[in-house]
Amino acid sequence: MQTDSIIEFSRVSYIYPNGKRALRDVSLSIKAGEVIAVVGENGAGKTTLVKHMNGLLKPTIGTVRVFGLDTRGVSVAQLSRRVGIVFQNPHHQLFAETVEEEVSFALKNFQAGEDVIKSRVEWALEFFGLAEYRTASPFTLSEGEKKRLTIAAVMAWKPDVLVLDEPTVGQDFNYREKLQQVIRQLREQGRTVIIVSHDLEFLWPLQPRTIVMARGEILADDRADRVFTDGRLLTEAHLRRPQLLELWLRLRVKPERPFTSTGETVSWIRGLHQRGGEGG
Amino acid sequence: MPQSIIEFRNFSFRYAGARRDALRGVNLSIQEGEVVALVGPSGCGKSTLLRSIIGLIPHMYRGEYSGSVIVDGMDVARTPVSRLATRVGYIFQNPENQLFMFTVRKDIAFGLENLALPRHEIVRRVDWAMKTLGIEGLADTPPHELSDGQKQRVAIAGVLAMKPKVLILDEPTSLLDPVTAESVITQVKELHDALGITLIIAEHRLDLLVTIASRFIVLDGGRVILDGPAREVLGRPELQLIGVNIPAAAWVDSHLRSGEELALTVDELADRLNNRI
Repeated sequence: MQTDSIIEFSRVSYIYPNGKRALRDVSLSIKAGEVIAVVGENGAGKTTLVKHMNGLLKPTIGTVRVFGLDTRGVSVAQLSRRVGIVFQNPHHQLFAETVEEEVSFALKNFQAGEDVIKSRVEWALEFFGLAEYRTASPFTLSEGEKKRLTIAAVMAWKPDVLVLDEPTVGQDFNYREKLQQVIRQLREQGRTVIIVSHDLEFLWPLQPRTIVMARGEILADDRADRVFTDGRLLTEAHLRRPQLLELWLRLRVKPERPFTSTGETVSWIRGLHQRGGEGG
Repeated sequence: MPQSIIEFRNFSFRYAGARRDALRGVNLSIQEGEVVALVGPSGCGKSTLLRSIIGLIPHMYRGEYSGSVIVDGMDVARTPVSRLATRVGYIFQNPENQLFMFTVRKDIAFGLENLALPRHEIVRRVDWAMKTLGIEGLADTPPHELSDGQKQRVAIAGVLAMKPKVLILDEPTSLLDPVTAESVITQVKELHDALGITLIIAEHRLDLLVTIASRFIVLDGGRVILDGPAREVLGRPELQLIGVNIPAAAWVDSHLRSGEELALTVDELADRLNNRI
């Protein structure tokens, strides 16, 4: 095993008790500080894959090591401290009586000091725009707010690895921008973020390492620009090309590397017109 | 003048116990056969507007209700939800909330059985709905064995069998992969083209709607702030300020301020830029 890899899948297969094979011979190595997108059609095995990262599922065949520990030998509680997973459906995750308790629950469980709990909870509530609901019951929030609360609750304890399953469902522009900002900050702090998502427009500006899954297998594991340029792969995995990449591919005159943000695209096109259309 | 199928007249609603109105002074008239995209940031009032059309407001959600909502000539406040359901079909974001019978056929028949229609009429409508959605082959399959795209189609068929005049879809594609999402939206548009059914689609992601919706209604803070065709509405700078996800191609074009009409798709934008070079 490489020393700098924090999550390591070695030839992992997973078969559900009903006989359905959800992962087939998956090998994967994740390093600290990586931002990774896991994409593919519904039922491709994406959620099954990430459930192996904190030991919620243990491989039927093969091994998963998280921070050097074989997940078969450690509890989910132990692993959760370092690997925080936010699931797709917030209803599976919310249980406290108030929004504030929801956010502080894990920190208390992990026996963080009072001051730490207070400052982390404040930060999470403010950042995710939930401060005004602090004493409200989580179940009175809108679906979008519930989703934000589950992310705030996991972010509050600052796990080394953050796993987000479909984090943008039902979220507006402002929140998506915030989430991108958090993910970039975490990357700078050397933390690892793994995002399972169909929302390719959200993923593209982050330029993640992209893992494409289909039928429980990894079809590709590469830079985002390589994955989304491969037409055959996109068809096989039910994916579409992000608009900015598609635009870049279609332009007759274009910069060397694809556009990764709308702002950058506008500046380049304006510059081109000022230069008289000679290209860059 | 075309028939107005849904009309909000100076409508306001405040949920019981809430500090402010969820909708305030809404005046809207939707004509039969329109394809309407309903957009706005979280908490803008989209769900409240939809609930007010299908009658969940005021029949299930209590609060301060003023003004009126008229659906196909019926005053919603005075019409039972079951009667409204024969005119307006509602598709949830997650089809799992809608499917609960043992087979696809039984699921689609469920709403019709509640209408106490004669047996042969139920069979005829269920067959028609399955054929229209292209899911005849799934008739005897249990819904939990279906893919997510198939589940969404079964949910739509169940609503379509009621022969509604209006089909409301509340974020119908957010749980689907991009290719399946596109095929569901295309199929809904085909239903509109073939049957003249009015569509109201609430969505956060607009790239799928820009080419099919004839009208974009934007809500913010419980008010209608913009209402018009995509090319007029999507170029407006306030959209991004309030938190609407504008498709990248339209965003880029609106910031280039070319003076031409707004490009809505990558195709349009790429053609225009290539021609200029």
